[in-house]
Amino acid sequence: MKFRSLALAAAIASVGLSAAVVSPAAYAQAKEQYFPVIVYRTGAYAANGAPWANGYVDYLKLVNAKGGINGVKVSFEECETGYATDRGVECYERLKGKGATVFQPLSTGITFALTEKAPIDKIPVITAGYGRSESQNGAVFTWNFPLLGTYWVGADVAIQHIAKQAGGLDKLKGKKIALVYHDSPYGKEPIPALQERAKMHGFDLQLLPVAHPGVEQKATWLQIRRDRPDNVLLWGWGVMNSTALKEAQATGYPREKMLGIWWAGAEPDVKDVGAGAKGYSALTLQHGAEPNSKVVKDMLAMVHAKGQGTGPKDEVGSVLYMRGLISAMLGVEGVRKAQERYGKKVMTGEQVRWGLENLNLDQKMLDDMGFAGVMRPVQTSCTDHLGSSWVRVHTWDGAKWNFTSDWYQADQKVLRPMAMLASGKYAEEKKITPRTPEQCKQ
Amino acid sequence: MIYRENGQFKTTYAADQQIFTIAQDKVFVLGVIAFAFIGIPLLADEYMFRAILIPFLILSLAALGVNLLVGYCGQITLGAGAFMAIGAYAAYNFMIRIDGMPLIFGLLLGGLASAGMGILFGIPSLRVRGLYLAVATLAAQFFCDWAFLRLGWFTNYSSSGSVSISNLSVFGWGIDSPLEKYLFCLCFIVVFAFVAKNLTRASIGRQWMAIRDMDVAAEVIGIRPMWAKLSAFAVSSFFVGVAGALWGFVHLGSWEPAAFSVDRSFQLLFMVIIGGMGSILGSFFGAAFIVVLPIFLNQVLPALGHLFGIEISTAGISHAELIIFGSLIVFFLIVEPHGLARLWSIAKEKLRLWPFPH
Repeated sequence: MKFRSLALAAAIASVGLSAAVVSPAAYAQAKEQYFPVIVYRTGAYAANGAPWANGYVDYLKLVNAKGGINGVKVSFEECETGYATDRGVECYERLKGKGATVFQPLSTGITFALTEKAPIDKIPVITAGYGRSESQNGAVFTWNFPLLGTYWVGADVAIQHIAKQAGGLDKLKGKKIALVYHDSPYGKEPIPALQERAKMHGFDLQLLPVAHPGVEQKATWLQIRRDRPDNVLLWGWGVMNSTALKEAQATGYPREKMLGIWWAGAEPDVKDVGAGAKGYSALTLQHGAEPNSKVVKDMLAMVHAKGQGTGPKDEVGSVLYMRGLISAMLGVEGVRKAQERYGKKVMTGEQVRWGLENLNLDQKMLDDMGFAGVMRPVQTSCTDHLGSSWVRVHTWDGAKWNFTSDWYQADQKVLRPMAMLASGKYAEEKKITPRTPEQCKQ
Repeated sequence: MIYRENGQFKTTYAADQQIFTIAQDKVFVLGVIAFAFIGIPLLADEYMFRAILIPFLILSLAALGVNLLVGYCGQITLGAGAFMAIGAYAAYNFMIRIDGMPLIFGLLLGGLASAGMGILFGIPSLRVRGLYLAVATLAAQFFCDWAFLRLGWFTNYSSSGSVSISNLSVFGWGIDSPLEKYLFCLCFIVVFAFVAKNLTRASIGRQWMAIRDMDVAAEVIGIRPMWAKLSAFAVSSFFVGVAGALWGFVHLGSWEPAAFSVDRSFQLLFMVIIGGMGSILGSFFGAAFIVVLPIFLNQVLPALGHLFGIEISTAGISHAELIIFGSLIVFFLIVEPHGLARLWSIAKEKLRLWPFPH
């Protein structure tokens, strides 16, 4: 009886509390440029999600430390998704009403869901290095910005890199290339691009899916041991990557023949395996680990030295930290570009979209911001939301990542028609009329 | 004082067989429905609709379906997520493959497809019971995960395996705004809740309950176990399938099999257990508990920390949310193993005597 009245009291108290607490939470932030930050610091992919989130938030802090975006201060708020799509949608709904500038979901599943919602709410979605590959066609995907490359860019360059090692694209004929992928929209994205290349060069593409979260790969690697493909492409995330490398070690598959996408090419993926991952390479969509770049030094001096850093100090400059940092930078630069047109005040999502669509970061601007040697120029347009498709390859030497290739560029002659076809199909399904060049000028 | 049936005499059989025999109950339920249709649209904002009310309504419908099977017929299932997936993908295929398919019809056909599969996966229930049956229904889950990931036909050969649907409309009424989506879901849930309530009061529901309580005795008095069990599977899967179709179409808009993973099956089963097995109302309580509470905690904890001047990290909040949520489940199961619905009926009994308890 006592227990029961306790329960009743608890229930009443919680209802009262909710009324008291939730209402002041919905405050207006009209004076500051508000960046919602969708993160996953918990769950199966936390090891990779946390450094990204730290980099993202740290860069926003750095912008404030430098005086804001043309004097406009930046505010931000994190929302935890645990990599679950439904929680991601809830976060989006919660944060969008507070004047959200731009969303960067860092999850292909959430990206797909937001692609349906962003046009209605008029908030741009940046998916720097991931997301829907066909969304590079800005005429159809008005609100999506897969800046710095998509999975198709990654897949295309992966084949170019393998061909270069083999001595030319014509040498690919008859080769066997296996794709070990995370069995989700993320892992499936590169398949059309790889199939297209397989058709062009006559190599044999083997598809080996791994179920979420990817700790069970024995069967996959048994198949690799049996078939002995010439190369293995690794399209994993989180714990799947280190598991794959350990299995490769156990199977005796040479790590030198393995090539990962950038999601499979960061410190958390290889640290556990250590020397066992030596020789393993991964694509970097532009940057790798950049502990010596100017922006990282600025960060340490202006944010971390003052005790305002978000994560551990020794993680600053690691691969995923840099990915978060650069993602935030792209959003901020979108705002800065929009301010050129609409005045130096707080921008709405619609104005930021214009800014992102007319982004033109040349090498000098990047160097000034401290990205010398980290990035190459990015220029977007109404129809091209990709902005850049430069890729380098870096290799793990047992202790750190080192760049081992020159810059590659994805072959847009291959990818562009595919993107047009896929986005055309999407537009037809959704009854979207692609924007004409005249509409683009607005 | 207010809540008592004194003076309410039933003079006809029809009056005696009503859903709500007490006039106050009837008024209360009608009041709640009226509030849901008129009051909430006036009060709630977009966030409430999209992030809380719509998921709550749809998952209530799914929990209702699971409750018919688990709570009323006593057949434990861990395949509810799979039947949601079947409903969603079947409705998707009906919508895109048949030109001019009306939305409501498409959703119901999705439910029917799910009912068919429910019967198929219900066949093991004729031979195995209890936990063994739970494991057998798990097969449905893995089969569906596999089918929707691997068989391209179901996803219309979408390269990423993710499907999406938009431009929903019923009789030319476009369902775009959160309010319209909410009302659309609400109509479904109200109709289905009444259907469920009536099914459980009718001969079919009594057969299910007889099978649940003691199947041998039920068979002796002339109830066919095969018919009763398979009909429970079919009806339950139909409800869950329609809920799955709504989840995909109205709530997510674009989905992949991970949206209906085994976690979803567990979640639905927990809703039924926490809400109250064998109770229509319990399904709503359970859904509210599982859907709303984590989001509520996630928002209240930082604000609460703020109140006392503590900054909690995002990860910390997320961990605390799981800890509190888990301990609340344990707490409620200890306090009331029969679920939240039982607490509700205790409250009602107390109210009858109030203010003069013996």
